[in-house]
Amino acid sequence: MSETRLQSKIPAGPLAEKWTRFKAEAKVVSPANKRKLEIIVVGTGLGGASAAATLGELGFNVKVFCISDSPRRAHSIAAQGGINAAKNYQNDNDSVYRLFYDTIKGGDFRAREANVYRLAEVSSAIIDKCVAQGVPFARDYGGLLDNRSFGGAQVSRTFYARGQTGQQLLLGAYASLNRQIAAGTVKSYNRREMLDLVVIDGKAKGIIVRNLETGEIERHGAHAVVLATGGYGNAYFLSTNAMNSNVSAAIQCYKKGAFFANPCYVQIHPTCIPVHGDQQSKLTLMSESLRNDGRIWVPKKLEDVEKLRKKQIKPSQIAEEDRDYYLERRYPAFGNLVPRDVASRAAKERCDAGFGVNETGLAVFLDFSTAIERLGKKVIEERYGNLFQMYEKITDVNPYEEPMQIYPAIHYTMGGIWVDYELMTTIPGLYAIGEANFSDHGGNRLGASALMQGLADGYYVLPYTIGQYLSKEIQTPKTDVNAPEFVAAEKAVKEKIAKLFKIKGKQTVDGLHKKLYKIMWNKVGMARNEAGLKEALKEIEALRKEFWNDVLVPGKNEEFNQELEKALRLIDFMEVGKLIALDALNRRESCGGHFREESQSEGGETKRDDENFMHVAAWEYKGEKQDPVRHEEPLVYETVKLATRNYKD
Amino acid sequence: MKFKLQIWRQKNAKAKGRFETYRVDNISPDTSFLEMLDILNDQLIREGKEPVAFDHDCREGICGMCSLYINGHAHGPDDGITTCQLHMRKFKDGDTIVIEPWRSVGFPVVKDLVVNRNAFDQILQAGGFISCNGIVPDANNLPISKIDADESMDASACIGCGACVATCKNGSAMLFVAARVSALAKLPQGKVEGARRAKAMVAKMDELGFGSCTNTQACEAECPKGISIAHIARLNREFLLAKIKD
Repeated sequence: MSETRLQSKIPAGPLAEKWTRFKAEAKVVSPANKRKLEIIVVGTGLGGASAAATLGELGFNVKVFCISDSPRRAHSIAAQGGINAAKNYQNDNDSVYRLFYDTIKGGDFRAREANVYRLAEVSSAIIDKCVAQGVPFARDYGGLLDNRSFGGAQVSRTFYARGQTGQQLLLGAYASLNRQIAAGTVKSYNRREMLDLVVIDGKAKGIIVRNLETGEIERHGAHAVVLATGGYGNAYFLSTNAMNSNVSAAIQCYKKGAFFANPCYVQIHPTCIPVHGDQQSKLTLMSESLRNDGRIWVPKKLEDVEKLRKKQIKPSQIAEEDRDYYLERRYPAFGNLVPRDVASRAAKERCDAGFGVNETGLAVFLDFSTAIERLGKKVIEERYGNLFQMYEKITDVNPYEEPMQIYPAIHYTMGGIWVDYELMTTIPGLYAIGEANFSDHGGNRLGASALMQGLADGYYVLPYTIGQYLSKEIQTPKTDVNAPEFVAAEKAVKEKIAKLFKIKGKQTVDGLHKKLYKIMWNKVGMARNEAGLKEALKEIEALRKEFWNDVLVPGKNEEFNQELEKALRLIDFMEVGKLIALDALNRRESCGGHFREESQSEGGETKRDDENFMHVAAWEYKGEKQDPVRHEEPLVYETVKLATRNYKD
Repeated sequence: MKFKLQIWRQKNAKAKGRFETYRVDNISPDTSFLEMLDILNDQLIREGKEPVAFDHDCREGICGMCSLYINGHAHGPDDGITTCQLHMRKFKDGDTIVIEPWRSVGFPVVKDLVVNRNAFDQILQAGGFISCNGIVPDANNLPISKIDADESMDASACIGCGACVATCKNGSAMLFVAARVSALAKLPQGKVEGARRAKAMVAKMDELGFGSCTNTQACEAECPKGISIAHIARLNREFLLAKIKD
């Protein structure tokens, strides 16, 4: 069902001129009027921090909220490998078009052309900005910036700061934010969690937050609200996301009328440390950059697998000719650098066939011996030293001597709140940026593109597009937080919290969340089918009932209460879990990270159905008792020729 | 494995705290320290008791949120890691483990093992940035020697956890401040505001009640990221030069 409400607002004209044309025609707000306008930014990762700092620099009054004790803790900090930009510093024939095309292709032709082209266009300026802020990117001996390669690309366009690129970029954005806080243009509210969006006369006008230290419920008003709250990977409990990353703010917006797009596009990262036991709380990512020099393999012979599992031999004792470098075998052109979804499924295929190398049978090797031979230990240490150290601390195995063990894990969510070209949601005045929106990565995100998108949205896109809306709000007075809509939203939040304490059941929040994990990972994970998805939907519904009858939340609201925080988040993880399963069930094709077993090629690769599914699916909330309604935004490719993704030759 | 835990419990900033003793068993040596606390909390909740509050987030040693003082060491007995990267295999079966929050005037306790590190944000707001509005020059217009960029990166690896302050007998934040000042001082684009930055950040640190540095080097020994006290020397130099020019 196509609908008029999904107006993508893509500017007319040739692809390469759309953004220029948009900027030429876009409305701007004068400095005197900017001072009168208030903007709320929720979240302080790369998207939120860069947006808040830039909007502050421009002269708006910004209020920024984060759930941690400091904006610097946001989960962008954990991104390791790098950030893409079409600088072509390596003279290897990179260009805006090539970055655009790689991203569209990597996303399996399920992203908007115009958004992705704009992303590639502004990517260069991000690197300039970060260097000006003092981000210590890696350099060569001549003092110029160094690059590395990442999955899904045949050029070197990834800028990096050792294995801590996300940290360094976030510290840059956080420093700019701090400068604005000191200047008084931005006010920062830490340890605050957004629990509802307030909509007045159809426009986003503010938020309800809980002060996590005191339990106080607060009302905050503004002329516009920007959601920069990240993805929903923690619906799966075990993921590479930080423990506090959650989808609650996005789900409240969804319930207030923001459509949720493509929830089934979930990225499973191929190189994570395997699960060790059921007391585990999270999974640790090993950067994709490791695939630059690491080779992925499993034994060719099942008897070697048997011996490995019984610890009778070490992996290094298996002869070269008895190793199956299955990515190099299956995808000669890209080898170990195929995109993430392809690498993950290939690992699953080998493990399902019985070649998994640890006791659980769910692990493959990532081996550096060839690279160490070729480059020497020192070079490898310089490139990946901190990652190797981290691996050894967690597993007690020295990766300089024996290969790492890795297995795919939930990592990133391409789906998110639907936004138009201006990054505005279906609620006027509500914007979504970074991982929280759906717009740029299609069915699969390429490595080092999340950092690029978060910063592009915050530094260079939203500050240009938000004027379109705010230029019409210059006469609007300050939002009154005593308006009935605020009072009602606050009351609803308080009632929900009170209801949780009243249940006094027997199960802990984590126990229930682990049940959701089993449903999601087994039936809505790396491979999905109709029967499994239908079961998952029933099971999530049953779990929801179980939660509301049997959850045990200790303590009270008026205190620092981490169990209450987790309980509130789990309610929304169940809601998004249902959305993921429903979307996966309705998308009867395979594309990118979404693999429907019913739709695959003979070689087991994803098989798209462009005739029926070349669209964005956006879900509209219809209340507790009804299923959400699916809307479609057709994807029109004016420039790119559709092709089957091929990483073989 | 089995452990006896002595954990600091404190209702809120104003309440008086005390140690409570708990026991956990059936802990796998591969369990991380924070997962062990998750298991304890699960147990406490089932017994109708209040779980222990502790800060944590990324659980991979980079966000700087976790902050436990374990057996008299910030982030526990192992070197070069944060609490979340500590595993129970580093302890002996049957050990007694004492767990406290960071203790420093600059970091008031919020609850149990959680402290307020807002002072660190305030110090950085005083000058821990390079002012660069709007559109800036091309990134490769300014070559920076690899050695300087690497040294800047060494300093910039600070995760702002506060282990240095918690470890210092004077409760000094010098290593934290020095890491930021030094990271920017090593870069040409950071030099422009260098003098102002060093003075403003040191003044803010003093104002917030952090102690003075007496070169005990304890901060470097306990820093999970191995930030060197050589950066403190650089901060002192920057600060002195700035003061002389006044």
